[in-house]
Amino acid sequence: MVDQLRGKSAIVGVGHAGFGEAPGFSAYDIMAQSALAALDDAGLKLSDVDGLFCTMMEDAMPVLMAAEYLGIQPRYVDGTMTGGSSFVNYLTSATLALQAGLCDVALICYGSNQRTASGRLVTASKLPPYEGLYNPRYPISAYAMAAARHMYEYGTTREQLADVAVAARAWARHNPEAFERDALTREDVLGARMVGDPLTTRDCCLVTDGGGAIVMVRADRARDFPKAPVYVLGSAAASSHRQISQMQDFTVTAARDSGKRAFAMAGVTPGDIDVVELYDAFTINTILFLEDLGFCAKGEGGGFVADGRIAPGGALPVNTNGGGLSCVHPGMYGIFTVIEAARQIRGDAPGLQQDNVELALAHGNGGVLSSQVTAILGAASTV
Amino acid sequence: MPENQGPDKTFRDGLAKGQINLQQCNDCKKFIFFPRVLCPHCKGQSLTWHPASCGGIVHTTTTVRRKPERGGDYNVCMVELAEGVRMMSRVDEISPAEVTIGLPVTAFVGEIDGVPAVLCKPVEE
Repeated sequence: MVDQLRGKSAIVGVGHAGFGEAPGFSAYDIMAQSALAALDDAGLKLSDVDGLFCTMMEDAMPVLMAAEYLGIQPRYVDGTMTGGSSFVNYLTSATLALQAGLCDVALICYGSNQRTASGRLVTASKLPPYEGLYNPRYPISAYAMAAARHMYEYGTTREQLADVAVAARAWARHNPEAFERDALTREDVLGARMVGDPLTTRDCCLVTDGGGAIVMVRADRARDFPKAPVYVLGSAAASSHRQISQMQDFTVTAARDSGKRAFAMAGVTPGDIDVVELYDAFTINTILFLEDLGFCAKGEGGGFVADGRIAPGGALPVNTNGGGLSCVHPGMYGIFTVIEAARQIRGDAPGLQQDNVELALAHGNGGVLSSQVTAILGAASTV
Repeated sequence: MPENQGPDKTFRDGLAKGQINLQQCNDCKKFIFFPRVLCPHCKGQSLTWHPASCGGIVHTTTTVRRKPERGGDYNVCMVELAEGVRMMSRVDEISPAEVTIGLPVTAFVGEIDGVPAVLCKPVEE
């Protein structure tokens, strides 16, 4: 059944706005600028949009706020909030809505001004009732405890975690859109201020402003737009918990499940993927997701990322824009995994464009390793 | 309105009396935490409260770094109690740096900001 959705929808426009710092602009301003950029990329207008897929850190009904701001009355909306994975998850719901004829032009969008508005990571969530009392630094403490357990069980080292940040920076240095482009060494990461053992500030994502947007249509009309279409070959979600205390195994995420189903739907394997875009809120994320998505065995992620293997020129290009660690992280990064994957396939990535990218994986993470959503995107040759 | 007898209230009433109580499923016999109206394992709806053994192991841990003038570093951890349930807690009586994975601890009811809370201390040798 789900196989019937393979390649039935396509991304025909991507856009972004407000990367880094956008002083004076609200989160909705940045969302709208991103939406306009994506529609322009697709050769469409706001009045063409009849399906809206959006969530924001602000307001309890962000998809309605977004529609109101944009001045549209969409006939289909989805504001499902699973944290940063939401926007990868919308690839599935947009595909379903398009395929069912519930909408013809789907707009996925997001924006945040959290750097200039508050200067710190803003989360939409109140601390869970049985955890808030202990004053964990949310969400860092949760990821720190996952990292500590991975180190305990598999001998993963702080140096290997640092190598994830170093690789991300090496990609970002080639990307004019990236916020942090100064050289970064393993020693810099290890010597940075410790915020939640074993993670230093350089093991943590950026806090920036920024927004992103994606325009999707049914595959049968995907060739009628200016840019080469990027097809959704597979997409799958898995949810394992909400509170970090309820995570069954701190070293295994639900990406194992979402990845398996996304690959099955797309009919490809990890070895087929040309570029990998993972939600790297913290350095441990990249290691966990490479393992759980099947790029290496459980426990071997630390060794896998060492020695530049996921850096420019390495065996596996991972987070080719610089990721949430060095490119952009406006509260929720998920949409940017899809945008970078799509641009790599189209051949117009802003940084280091890889050669002959036909298949890309975008993986979103939400909450505290709670929601995992994997998408496999492909060029026309893969449909 | 009937008296509040919800599971959260029952748990907190226990803490207020210095007791850590856990729900056990009468069908699959597993203990559960956090308190709720069904067993997340077998979905049974018959649950009975029991006093916790209070023996536990630190499953994973982190030190939240904080400036000395704001109170200094403190521990946040996951403790796994002998009943098989896991909860967030804090190990007291030793420095945060001394809290390690696998450390045997005893859970007790202490206070955080005047609110009763499950805290832990190292098992006395």
